[in-house]
Amino acid sequence: MSNKENTVQRQQSCDRDFSKMSYKMMQRDKKGLDKLGKKGRIILTVIASLFVGVANGLFGGGGGMLVIPIFTILLGLEEKLAHSSAILTILPLSIVSGIVYIVQGNFTIPDGLWVGGGVIIGGLIGTFVMKKLSNNVLKIVFYTLMIVAGASTLVKNFGV
Amino acid sequence: MQIFLLILAGIVGGIIGGMGMGGGTLLIPILTIFLDVEQKNAQAINLVAFIPMAIIVTVINIKRKGIDYKSVVLVAAPALVTSVISALLVKKISSKALSIGFAIFLIILGVTMMIDTMRKCIYAYVRKCKENYICND
Repeated sequence: MSNKENTVQRQQSCDRDFSKMSYKMMQRDKKGLDKLGKKGRIILTVIASLFVGVANGLFGGGGGMLVIPIFTILLGLEEKLAHSSAILTILPLSIVSGIVYIVQGNFTIPDGLWVGGGVIIGGLIGTFVMKKLSNNVLKIVFYTLMIVAGASTLVKNFGV
Repeated sequence: MQIFLLILAGIVGGIIGGMGMGGGTLLIPILTIFLDVEQKNAQAINLVAFIPMAIIVTVINIKRKGIDYKSVVLVAAPALVTSVISALLVKKISSKALSIGFAIFLIILGVTMMIDTMRKCIYAYVRKCKENYICND
């Protein structure tokens, strides 16, 4: 067996082990949650959803990121289903809070329209790209960017 | 130029959102930090811009991935209540305070999710496949 084939074989068995491992971890988490029972999980879901609404209304974003773990961990949905359902969940929230923001005069035109156009284009790209690229490395990059963005915003606010 | 940047910011946010990672989470900082948009305006733009994108993508997703409607309703219902209340409160809070609050929210969320993701990677690393292992799902 050549060196390259050996590496590929090891990598494939790594991937299998890794998915077995994540699966085992998920089963363990699930067992912990099973102790709550269906009622307990629904109550937790409702409580957590209140915070999703706060993120959406108060901060204008970030709610979707809270919805995903609610769907996958508390409600046991599998990833793809969780992602597609999350987008639909945030939609009514954004419509309602969006109206409030518009009425209060926070939505600027034409800026908002340009961004909106871009978001539609990006959204279409993203939903077709997701299948190929969504992995842990990408997620870590994304979370790093979130932290950097938060830190930069703080710096900007305190004029350091 | 400004128009081009606004569209670009939207595309970036849209791609991330379309991938299901929470596009608005980065769109707002992009707008406030690089495009000098005020926090409240950025929030409003993020909310409204999401709507058409979400409708289109959902129509596509219904056929491709499916939707769990029960879960959607279970989460959206309570969230709708707090969303409206929170949005109404925004009038009484300054853009600066919201900006700081959002920044802290971003950091906490980013750190939490990163720890969770790394936890899975570390588990795998510790096991036998140390060499040549690339952390992917």
